[in-house]
Amino acid sequence: MTRFNLGYYIKEGFRSFAAHGFMTFASIAIMASCLIIMGSFSLVAINLEYNLDALMEDNEFLAYVDENYTEEEGAALQSEIEDIDNVAECQYITREEALENYVSGLEDSSLYENVPASALRSRFSVRVTDIEQLEETIEEVRNIEGIAKISASVDVANGLVTVRNVTVIIALALVVILVIVSFFIISNSIKLATSAREEEIAIMKMVGATNAFVCWPFVVEGVLLGGISAVVAALVEWGIYRLIRSAINVYTHVQLISIIPIRTLAFPMCATFLGIGLFVGVVGSLMTIRKYLKV
Amino acid sequence: MIQLTNVKKIYESNLTEALYDISFVIEDGEFVFLVGPSGSGKSTILKLLTAEERMTSGGILVGDFDLAKLKQRQAPYLRRTLGVVFQDFRLIENRTVKGNLEFAMRVVGAKKKLIRERIPYVLELVGLSEKGDCYPSELSGGEQQRVAIARALVNNPKTIIADEPTGNLDPERSYELMCLLEKINQLGTTMLVVTHERDLVNCFNKRVISIDSGRVISDMENGLYDYDTI
Repeated sequence: MTRFNLGYYIKEGFRSFAAHGFMTFASIAIMASCLIIMGSFSLVAINLEYNLDALMEDNEFLAYVDENYTEEEGAALQSEIEDIDNVAECQYITREEALENYVSGLEDSSLYENVPASALRSRFSVRVTDIEQLEETIEEVRNIEGIAKISASVDVANGLVTVRNVTVIIALALVVILVIVSFFIISNSIKLATSAREEEIAIMKMVGATNAFVCWPFVVEGVLLGGISAVVAALVEWGIYRLIRSAINVYTHVQLISIIPIRTLAFPMCATFLGIGLFVGVVGSLMTIRKYLKV
Repeated sequence: MIQLTNVKKIYESNLTEALYDISFVIEDGEFVFLVGPSGSGKSTILKLLTAEERMTSGGILVGDFDLAKLKQRQAPYLRRTLGVVFQDFRLIENRTVKGNLEFAMRVVGAKKKLIRERIPYVLELVGLSEKGDCYPSELSGGEQQRVAIARALVNNPKTIIADEPTGNLDPERSYELMCLLEKINQLGTTMLVVTHERDLVNCFNKRVISIDSGRVISDMENGLYDYDTI
């Protein structure tokens, strides 16, 4: 029986990795490019979703209390609203506060000096957890006795939900397509490298090599190709991300777009790159040499 | 021992009948020439012996291996009992002579110590002690074939099968190479040499099995390769 000679397999894998200089370089370049494109799309999608989520978090609606209710009676409705599942936060705003808020937003507040607070309704500012259930939540709040009217921008909320969903779907589709593309490119590059070594494999088989013995150095080579591509891609992606982040921070005076710091994304990004790189490298290698092993 | 009993081979891809009813026995330590014109079935016999192809019917024994029952995963272990030499040498170009031999030993899981001892011995046997660090492209055709023989020999197989080993060599080198094979045979390795070089066969006075159109047409000790018999 052949001993499991790990040291030899690793040495052979490295030797073949180094011996096929151009093919090795081409495979790494192609695979890293695919990972970078894939990673870039994903990062854009993640940031878009993050920003949309932030926008959605600001989305709140106002529930006006019946004007016949006293301040105390109105405030008592808070617990009823808070009991609704999708309500994240509910803040009671008295008539006085409402007037104050309104007036402070005006340039010339003198016109409202004599307006009594009782002209306004007291209200609740309600924030929801899941914006997709906004309409249902509004309906539940509306049904509470003592709530006279609701003011909400349902259309805006629905628009944001649609934009986010479309973004996620496009990003996912692109990632899947790019994984498939890079898989074929890599397995083709390895196929080219392998057909150059058809003779070597034939000789190995002729002198009595087992299939496992033939395969292992290719697996090691696949691991090296995939691993190095992943590291290269992660470094390039990191550089690009930092550049874009600092550019956006410089040019947008008002913080309209917020970019997630790379530190938060570094680990999942590197792990994904490495996972895809190793999978494509190893499976691509094995698929390619399978046909040579049947003799 | 190699024993073929009523071996028949039909290639399923094109339904060609390559071998009809081949039977012969080669005892341990024998030197046998297998001769015949192109397309006679010589290569098919070699492919059956190395389990590259499966026979359609009949029986083949190679040492302890019954090829009718051989599973695909056992084929490597069968091949380790055989050393094969080809007409086109089939050396790995980017490895030195020693590298090629070491590779063949590594494949069968040989230990480093054995590799270190065995390679100089085999190189000396084939007369290439000085060329261990050369690459195949730096060697002549005759020398490359000696490396191929050394590689076939390095794992100490019971049998060496040489498929037209002198096909790419001039007559003088061919004769030298055949002398080398004879010397190896005298050291105890069974030798099966496929060739169609009549003059060479007739020089060596060995057993000659002649085949034509997939049949054995003569099998003679101290035989001659005579076209008239074919």
